Amino acid sequence: MSAEKFDMGNIDIAWCPGCGNFSILDVLKDALSELEIAPKDLVLVSGIGQAAKIPHYLKTNFFNGLHGRALSPATAIKASNPSLTVIAESGDGDMYGEGGNHFIHTIRRNPNITNIVHDNMVYGLTKGQASPTSRRGFKTGVQINGVVLEPFNPLAVAIGLDAGFVARTSITDKELTKDIIKQAVEHNGYALVDLLQPCPSFNKVNNYKWFKENTYRLEDSHDPSDRDKAFSLACKKDKLPMGVLYKSQEKPSFEENISAGPEPLYENRLDTDKLDSLIQSFA
Amino acid sequence: MNALRDKNAGVSIVLCGQAGQGIQTVEKLLTSILKASGWNVFATKEYMSRIRGGTNSTLIRAGAGPVRSFINRIDVLAALDKSAGGHLAKRISPHTLIMGEKEVLEGFGDKGSFFEAGFSQAAKDLGGKVYANTVAVGALLRLLGIPAEKGKEPLEKFFAGKSDEIIEKNQQALKKGFEMAEKPAEDFGAGLKLSGEPDVQGKMLVNGAQAVGLGALAGGCNFISSYPMSPSTAVLAFLAQQGGQFGLLAEQAEDEIAAVNMAIGAWYAGARAMITTSGGGFALMGEGVSLAGMMESPLVMHAAQRPGPATGLPTRTEQGDLELALYSGHGEFPRIILAPGTLSEAFSLAKKAFNLADKYQVPVIILTDQYFMDSYYNTETFSLDGLDNSPHITETDKDYLRYRLTENGISPRGVPGFGDGLVCQDSDEHDEQGRITEDLELRVKMNDKRLKKLEAAKADYVQPSLEGAEDYENLIICWGSNYNIVKEAIELSERGDTAMLHFSQVYPTPEDALAAIKKAKKTAVLENNATGQFAKLLKLQLDFEPDEKILKYDGLPFAADTLSEKINEMF
Ligand SMILES: Cc1ncc(C[n+]2csc(CCOP(=O)(O)OP(=O)(O)O)c2C)c(N)n1
Ligand code: SF4
Repeated sequence: MSAEKFDMGNIDIAWCPGCGNFSILDVLKDALSELEIAPKDLVLVSGIGQAAKIPHYLKTNFFNGLHGRALSPATAIKASNPSLTVIAESGDGDMYGEGGNHFIHTIRRNPNITNIVHDNMVYGLTKGQASPTSRRGFKTGVQINGVVLEPFNPLAVAIGLDAGFVARTSITDKELTKDIIKQAVEHNGYALVDLLQPCPSFNKVNNYKWFKENTYRLEDSHDPSDRDKAFSLACKKDKLPMGVLYKSQEKPSFEENISAGPEPLYENRLDTDKLDSLIQSFA
Repeated sequence: MNALRDKNAGVSIVLCGQAGQGIQTVEKLLTSILKASGWNVFATKEYMSRIRGGTNSTLIRAGAGPVRSFINRIDVLAALDKSAGGHLAKRISPHTLIMGEKEVLEGFGDKGSFFEAGFSQAAKDLGGKVYANTVAVGALLRLLGIPAEKGKEPLEKFFAGKSDEIIEKNQQALKKGFEMAEKPAEDFGAGLKLSGEPDVQGKMLVNGAQAVGLGALAGGCNFISSYPMSPSTAVLAFLAQQGGQFGLLAEQAEDEIAAVNMAIGAWYAGARAMITTSGGGFALMGEGVSLAGMMESPLVMHAAQRPGPATGLPTRTEQGDLELALYSGHGEFPRIILAPGTLSEAFSLAKKAFNLADKYQVPVIILTDQYFMDSYYNTETFSLDGLDNSPHITETDKDYLRYRLTENGISPRGVPGFGDGLVCQDSDEHDEQGRITEDLELRVKMNDKRLKKLEAAKADYVQPSLEGAEDYENLIICWGSNYNIVKEAIELSERGDTAMLHFSQVYPTPEDALAAIKKAKKTAVLENNATGQFAKLLKLQLDFEPDEKILKYDGLPFAADTLSEKINEMF
């Protein structure tokens, strides 16, 4: 399948020139077409932010909801129709800030969805405030003396919660990013992809060069089932390891656990005989 | 003798004691025996926000005719705890027969008549304290003039699954209680014995939460996501317990925000989803109401009200969240608010809510309250006749436009995976396809499109019901759970010039109602809140102002008997 089937043609894209989102969009299209997913069987779910606009630039079904809320509808969409491929994709502010509570509980719930977080360590759409993953000392118009909070560590949190699939990549390494997205989509259960992304407009510190210099690919010998190892890798601050850090043992997904069955709920028709006998039981 | 009993309105029994003392066992057992004996029954409770201790009470009414509302009068008080005296002081009259153990009765002073009963001792003689409640049920049967044998079968059913020994001991306990009450029944019996021809009109015995839950099932509900909050949780629990056999997914979300966003996601994928919550949770869901408005997503929300603001009185009742339901969410978009007055209406309106939401692609809010949730009575068996849940979704083609501009504002709704088209739903202002736009002319068209749907929805308005005198001069206007209370109050007042106009659809307010309102010389709006929220809405929608407002906001429902006195004073 060619990536063109996801193309929107000549459209006005609202991202700044040089933004990492463009490459993410390209890589995503490639990954999806290599996985042979048809646009009509895919739902992209996003919140609000620059990253969250991604569904608008891709020919597919989408649910572009509220700031921080991508994971809740994504979970429900997958549960309501398990045959759909569901990807929740948004920024670090959206997923880890406003959506922090849902991030935690979605991991616990383990729906079979892929969660791609464009992690540019800044709020883009609201013009450059600190995000939960901004590094200490990062100066903005609001954090005028620099960020004093410890950055949120999504990977350590996800591994701590025994998430099924936990990966980090950077758009500065397109090949790895594509490979990881494909693996994440194929994983049965919740899969986190923390995708480092430069924001040339508002994050002058963590730029393209910084990501290149401060990340490295995990060796092939890394055993993602080793949770202790994965946790210590996730806690590394000097240089950031990229790759699939952690994969838990196979466990049932949310949809399997609540035994929705494979049929979409829109085909679920009320069994009036059953309801009638339930009603009669109150007599 | 009490005038009400004269008129065959039956007896009112109140059980009062601490949480955990077994009031609920007595309530369930007694109501099932009463119903099995052919009497109409009603029960409702008021309770404190604690799991053990405190002082709680349950009112049980039994009558030859339908009994369906809260009254203050107490004919028999089964006191399980000393605190009952103080707690119910205002409701105890010289006609009240108070039954209880010696030390409990000491807390009552000398108001009322007393039946000192050794329930605990009798239970101990049978082998354990646990039988005390059944002894009390036996005594109550004697006082009501119901033969002990009538208790046999319901008791077996009640303890089904327990050992034969336990069932047998409970049968003995019931008999024991029955014997104990022989003398008081003779002394006070004349006043307490039910008279008239028993005639159970309805077949079902359900409470408000079950009625809403059954209605949701009938409406094709197959997804519920919610976060626990009294008094709405019973609906979540009911659907979680009964829903499995209907292929319904029930999820306890991490918070109300997740719950409402999940429900909207579920509708997007083709489910029929609902949430259930109370005011505090509904407040958190405001963003979801707005999202449904913009996305034109169907959404069914059940809000069981309790007094606020904030955490308020968690276990009490109020109608204080009409304005929250009306104004929740930012921006301008249509919604429909329903407020069932009876249990059968809770069933039919919950069912209808799904079809309205689906048809008009708007949030539909069902407003009930704690009193409604926790009250039950026998009612006509809910019928599935003529049930039509045909979904309003379309199989999409390649050129499908989720937000196609149409004459009536309703665009055919597709779901992903059903057809060849793409379904794009967006929280930003969008074009016909569903993609972000900053074309401001299109913004106006889209806004108009959304608002237009309310015009179309007129075809499905639930009209208010008029009860009482046909040729009325006085009109009491109410909504939601007050239906039966006001209806009975007017009956008790024996006024041939007074009627009730009850609204089950509070917003948009059916305009036709104005004719009925204008017919009255004097009008009063009655509601369980402090500021007359529905009265304000009537002013806004129908430009009508009542002569009087009857408001109550102490956390308790109106009582039909006290209200009837008020009617006689007022009109
Ligand atoms: C409830 C709510 N609060 C705040 C906003 C404003 N807002 C829009 S995007 C955004 C942050 C986005 O940051 P991030 O998720 O990191 O995405 P980026 O723009 O960097 O891709 C905020 C706070 C909003 N739209 N809704
Ligand atoms: S603000 Fe940053 S993240 Fe947003 S589009 Fe511009 S460069 Fe990209």
